[in-house]
Amino acid sequence: MSGTMPSKAVLDTLSLIVGPNEVLTKKEDLLTYAFDGTAVLNTLPGCVVFPRTTAQVAAILKYANEQKIPVITRGSGTGLSGGSVPDLDCIVLCTVRFNQILEVDAKNLTLMAEPGVITLKIAESAEAVGLFYPPDPGSMRISTIGGNIAENSGGLRGLKYGVTRDYVMGLEIVTATGDIIWMGNKCVKDVAGYSLKDVFIGSEGTLAVITKVLLKLIPKPKTKKTLLAVFDRMDAAAETVSAIIENKIIPCTLEFLDKITIKCVEDYAKIGLPLDAEAVLLMETDGHPAVVEEEAKQMEQIARQHGARAVSVAQSNEEALKLASARRTAFSALARVNPTTILEDATVPRSELAKMVNFIQDVGVRYKLKIGTFGHMGDGNLHPTFLTDEKNHEEMERVEKAMVEIFEFAVKLGGTITGEHGVGLAKKPYLENAIGKLNVEVMRQLKKAFDPNHILNPGKIFDK
Amino acid sequence: MDATPSKNAAMNLPLVPDEPGLLRPTGTGSYIKDLDYSVVQQCMHCGMCLPTCPTYDDTLLERNSPRGRIALMRSIADGNLGVTREFAEELYFCLGCLACQTACPAGVNYTELFEMSRAEIERSKVLDNPKRSFIRGITIKTIFRYPSLLHRLGKMMYVYQASGLQAFVRKSGLLNFAPKQLRDLEPLTPKVHARFSADLIKQTEKPEVKSYRVGLLTGCVQDLVYPDVNRDTADVLLANNCEVVTPRGQYCCGSLHGHNGEWELAKELARKNIDMFPIEELDAIITNAAGCGSHLKHYDHLLYDDPIYSAKAKDWSRKLKDIHEWLAEIGIRPPNCASEKLDVTYHEACHLCHGQKITHQPRQVLKAIPGLELREMAESTWCCGSAGVYNITQPEMSAKLLVRKMKHITGTKADIVATANPGCMVQLEAGMRQNQSDIKVIHPITLLAQAYRREKTEKNAPKG
Repeated sequence: MSGTMPSKAVLDTLSLIVGPNEVLTKKEDLLTYAFDGTAVLNTLPGCVVFPRTTAQVAAILKYANEQKIPVITRGSGTGLSGGSVPDLDCIVLCTVRFNQILEVDAKNLTLMAEPGVITLKIAESAEAVGLFYPPDPGSMRISTIGGNIAENSGGLRGLKYGVTRDYVMGLEIVTATGDIIWMGNKCVKDVAGYSLKDVFIGSEGTLAVITKVLLKLIPKPKTKKTLLAVFDRMDAAAETVSAIIENKIIPCTLEFLDKITIKCVEDYAKIGLPLDAEAVLLMETDGHPAVVEEEAKQMEQIARQHGARAVSVAQSNEEALKLASARRTAFSALARVNPTTILEDATVPRSELAKMVNFIQDVGVRYKLKIGTFGHMGDGNLHPTFLTDEKNHEEMERVEKAMVEIFEFAVKLGGTITGEHGVGLAKKPYLENAIGKLNVEVMRQLKKAFDPNHILNPGKIFDK
Repeated sequence: MDATPSKNAAMNLPLVPDEPGLLRPTGTGSYIKDLDYSVVQQCMHCGMCLPTCPTYDDTLLERNSPRGRIALMRSIADGNLGVTREFAEELYFCLGCLACQTACPAGVNYTELFEMSRAEIERSKVLDNPKRSFIRGITIKTIFRYPSLLHRLGKMMYVYQASGLQAFVRKSGLLNFAPKQLRDLEPLTPKVHARFSADLIKQTEKPEVKSYRVGLLTGCVQDLVYPDVNRDTADVLLANNCEVVTPRGQYCCGSLHGHNGEWELAKELARKNIDMFPIEELDAIITNAAGCGSHLKHYDHLLYDDPIYSAKAKDWSRKLKDIHEWLAEIGIRPPNCASEKLDVTYHEACHLCHGQKITHQPRQVLKAIPGLELREMAESTWCCGSAGVYNITQPEMSAKLLVRKMKHITGTKADIVATANPGCMVQLEAGMRQNQSDIKVIHPITLLAQAYRREKTEKNAPKG
């Protein structure tokens, strides 16, 4: 891993565009942008630039396109599929200083922001006027909204409220050639032409750079109730989830933690999770008080019918918040066990959950691997996490084989290889198998149309 | 939440090692390369630490974040980066506030990574210049090494201030001839007291009823600038049935040395302090200074491979308690005095809330005082910029943090800001002077001691 510096002419031009203090070239800086939140992947960029306006982004891209220099867009670098890991000697375009909230429109229930705004700040700004921005990815305290849109991030509330895509009403983007395009508006209905913005949501920085976002907000639910169900069998938790959905209840959260994850989260958060349980389900329902009351009761009943050994109700908002926050730390907390933590997000239809959970357990036994599983069970999105050591090559080979089996089984059950983390580099080898050759070919054509010189996040999702 | 002891042992999982022994600073001649590699690997760069890091929050640059700094350490361990001047400056830009350690779900031991890095920087001498060596020579290596010297210097400071000479110098304009850096620092000079702890506290003081026997650490800055806090601590301990043993001629705890790369001096001071206290005869060894406590509790780590002292150091660390922690443990006796209406806000010293995870105990102390109302400030756990000698070495960043803290303190409209670390007290008092605010800066234990004193005077006062 060693890069050659971009030429002086390139650096001078970038400095002219954004100002000399907004271009990083020292090795001690570059080393800290060589990775994102994904394990193992690591490449040194050529430089890092911090634009603060759309015009600056357009100027950077126009120049990079002329010079054919790869540009990797990055927010806070919390991605989990290597989507913002640099290309050798590329320009990292970092949006964290392009970070103002431009408008909260309480009449139209919208929020306009620059791409570097932190997701939590969006949620808080909405809440300040009694509104609600539901998508809440695990990293929301530091992830950027631009990154959320580029990855179409999910979160704990996907089951009832959907994912980031469902809250994007408009986007301003800059194409690889430096063209600035605005797509969408504040209208609830709009069928004027293709819904182009949807192409860019989840495009992982390969089609354009997002420079402005218009988000949909909704009224804040009046009340919520949080329950914790404790199980002695993993598949009992999975069956409970399937039964809740089957009973036509859509709670806002149905989160699952297995034994290893429970131990790690408890070791960090110390909130009194049952250390001897095989699984817990964190269940939350929100909305009108009467409905919340009834749904909570029903969920408790269903959980008990399916073998929950205990179901407790959070006594205060504070307690509920602690449970949800603790759940959010699950992935990082799992790093307590072994040096390397490799997270997957295989997703299956909810009726197949128990099969998938059992299969993951079986794979762990067969390959002699330590796997911690947690995830958004309510939407079928599981996070089997390999607790391993990147320096142990023999074990890493087994991890690789186990991963392939899990992906193949998920696809066989009618599921997908990634529910919310994106393809990036980590899942690129498995994409074609999962969605088919033709699908990937259409994507390639689309990329060619917006990025003819292949400078935007090259080599991510699929190869040229 | 209670700061319950780690459950690692009970969990049968190889989680973050609780046992000392992370450091093996004898092998390759590099503190960083000697680290158990799994300590740097423990950081899985998820980014959860970023929003809690005061330096990252200000610059939004990865290198100024814990994740970035650890990436640089790892690069050094991997041989991809030398101990460069840039790296050294970065590690001295870090406050060492340890907010990242509270935020880290993966349980990265940042404290030791940070101290080892600074030790490596000092060993490699990349920052050396005659002025820096001279200042470090007389402060860290001399004054704070020999208590008698420190006391003599303290007496001189007292004469300078009490004689009116300081006031004369301030008025005379003589300071205008001093370098700007010195001029800016001069107002930070704390007021030294006429009598230090040894004049105020007898070597052994007995309570009316004795339930415990504890040792009292008097500190350096605390001893010179806030000796009354030590007297108050003794009074509070006596009021809670503790016999108080205060050995004469105590040494600096060595935190200044440990944090500033003087690892061997830190060990020397630890050994000397251990020798001063009859550890086996004491139920607890009490400190009232957060910065000292955070370091004192780790003597077991510091001396883990010392053939003579490792066992004693283990006992020492086990018995070492912050005064608030100790009171909460034995149960605070509520003062039985008339209530006096006072609004108090609480600023959490980093090395109490992050370094020792002590957050609710000081609040318990404050709430035990009749009439006192606790008004929480925003960001109570955000560093005030004192950070040991940071306000001297990094005046610009320190000043920014002080402004931010002052805004939150004054926002509460409290009469008093309580805080339990002499460094924070000096910093906040300077802030109050700059802002011409009459909010008083007082140690929580002083407030409690005052209440116990009122109790006595009220009892003695004639009724009616």
